[in-house]
Amino acid sequence: MELILALAIGVLVGSGVWLLLRPRSYQVIVGLCLLAYGVNLFIFAMGRLYVGAAPIMPKGGFVDPTAYADPLPQSLVLTAIVISFATTALFLVVMIAARGVSGTDHVDGRERKS
Amino acid sequence: MNPETMSPDHLMVAPILVPLLAGAIMLFYNDRNRQTKLLIGLVAVGLTFLASVELMADVKSASDHAGTVVGLYRLGDWPVPIGIVLVLDRLSAMMVMLTALLAGPSLIYAAAGWHGKGQHYHSMFQFLLAGVNGAFLTGDLFNLFVFFEVMLAASYGLMLHGSGPERIKAGLHYIAVNLAASLFFLIGVALVYGTTGTLNMADIGRALYWLDDAQRMLFHTAAAFLGLAFLIKAAAWPLCFWLPPTYGAASPPAAAIMAIMTKVGIYVILRLSLLVLGPDSGPSAGFGAPVLMIGGLLTMAFGMIGILGTPELVRKGGYIAIISSGTVLSAVGFAQAGGGALMLGGALYYLVGSTAAISAFFLIAEPVSRGDEGGDDNARFEDDADPLSERWAPMGLDTVEDMSAPASTRTVSWLTMAVCFALVAAMIAGLPPLPGFIGKFAILQGAIRDNLNASGVLPVILWIYAAMLILSGLGALIALMRFGIRRFWAEGGPTPRILALEVVPVVMLLVMIGLQTVRADAVMNYTRATAMALLEPGVYRKAVLAGAQDVRAAPAQNSAPDPTVADTPEPQAEVRQ
Repeated sequence: MELILALAIGVLVGSGVWLLLRPRSYQVIVGLCLLAYGVNLFIFAMGRLYVGAAPIMPKGGFVDPTAYADPLPQSLVLTAIVISFATTALFLVVMIAARGVSGTDHVDGRERKS
Repeated sequence: MNPETMSPDHLMVAPILVPLLAGAIMLFYNDRNRQTKLLIGLVAVGLTFLASVELMADVKSASDHAGTVVGLYRLGDWPVPIGIVLVLDRLSAMMVMLTALLAGPSLIYAAAGWHGKGQHYHSMFQFLLAGVNGAFLTGDLFNLFVFFEVMLAASYGLMLHGSGPERIKAGLHYIAVNLAASLFFLIGVALVYGTTGTLNMADIGRALYWLDDAQRMLFHTAAAFLGLAFLIKAAAWPLCFWLPPTYGAASPPAAAIMAIMTKVGIYVILRLSLLVLGPDSGPSAGFGAPVLMIGGLLTMAFGMIGILGTPELVRKGGYIAIISSGTVLSAVGFAQAGGGALMLGGALYYLVGSTAAISAFFLIAEPVSRGDEGGDDNARFEDDADPLSERWAPMGLDTVEDMSAPASTRTVSWLTMAVCFALVAAMIAGLPPLPGFIGKFAILQGAIRDNLNASGVLPVILWIYAAMLILSGLGALIALMRFGIRRFWAEGGPTPRILALEVVPVVMLLVMIGLQTVRADAVMNYTRATAMALLEPGVYRKAVLAGAQDVRAAPAQNSAPDPTVADTPEPQAEVRQ
């Protein structure tokens, strides 16, 4: 499982970085999304991997903590997802405005003369 | 505040809550009621300022009697390493006050017409203040991320305020760079949690002590990622290329308040590098200090070249911000490597003065460039029509000139602006007797006094730093004087109209700089004591973690959960709730 997760994060981040460096604003936004996915998985993995363990203890009484997943990274991921979703939506709006104003979806607002 | 009993000092959360509430209340009003919103905004800024004065008095009075005392505010009253805390010390009190002091003039300036150029200017302004103050006050790494995002989201809106192709283009780049930086921040936070098992800044410093070599390497990776994220915000070379176009394209009042945002990046670097990686942190001591030193020097050099090379006045403002960042970053690096408190105290003094000067510069730059089509060297062509009005006319937006606010007579406001420009230029160049000079002098004096006696000679890097301090001032002086002579002396044609509402905030900022000059001893004493406290992170750590021992008996070991003690306190905390 560790290998699969590591590969997944690596592929997501790698393709995200590549897309982020592309000249089209749509590619940039997709790249940022992929990067955000990769980073969110990474935060999740930093709480160590558990299989079939609940993050929330039952009410009252002490339990064996080894049987439970670390809840903190999960809440961090939740916050990070919300924030990156909101900022990506904002970025999308700016991107559409830039497309409308400049008539091109190049990130510099004009096509490079080749 | 009584440090012994640690009774919750609710005033500490005021600098975050007041702007947040004010910004939210404004949303209930129609956006046409700009005067109402302005009034609410000014009241909120005033209240924040009063709160910051009170907080600073608390910090100072406590320090006079028993060394440095750090205020602690537990949000939701959760026990310390588990819950989120706000921490108040000398540095954060100073930065909160600086924010409030810059916010007032910027708001008044916006009233001259800029706040009518788009939607919800005042709400976004207040949210920005809430985010900035939160970043200064929080003692939790992830909470810092959240406040950073609040600040950035508001700054995106402010940056795009007024719209227009140039702003949208610069805004697109600005948002993309900052989203990428935020992801770096998240990677760093995750790694810190993965290695130390805590996100409380004070607790990280303590947990760092227990790490083995493999984990320490991972922690250093985390520190590098965090440093990358904050250096992007602080605009250190080579991560600073986003800054001049962004600040140049933003509307002047927005750029004026965004001047504090680069300082948020510097604040976090200062806080974390001295608290977590400071001289007392064992094998990790001084990690990243060479990067800060050399990066700061290169940043100053880049800023100097940029300010000499760019013809537009507003862009020069961006490069001034870069020079100021580089100066302080280098000093932080030296302090982290054991360069002494005097130098850092001087750098903090310089930071306060230069931030105010940059803010004033952005407010001056737009009115005096109004109708100025030429660069430094190009011949200008005179045109009666204001280029701004041409640009806005097709979009159906009012121009500044159409506002009903009373205009002062041309010559007086123009001359005032000219004098202010000269003063700000002198301040940025570091001419005596302004704080730019005092700050740089204090940095050099501290550098020599604290580092000379070790071996009898100054380290080479300090010589380079001293040279860069003086050269960057010279570069700024040449660039600004060239513009000033051409625009204010050699100008023959009619001067543009400048509203009184645009002059007043600039004068307010200059009065602030003047006060900092006159009361240089008091301010310098404060910043030196701040630097002294920053170099003794043990005090901060002890104050924050005072109540933490009972809930965390074991050294911080994350998630291979230790069945004996580590996680037992959580149910207790739930019962308390």
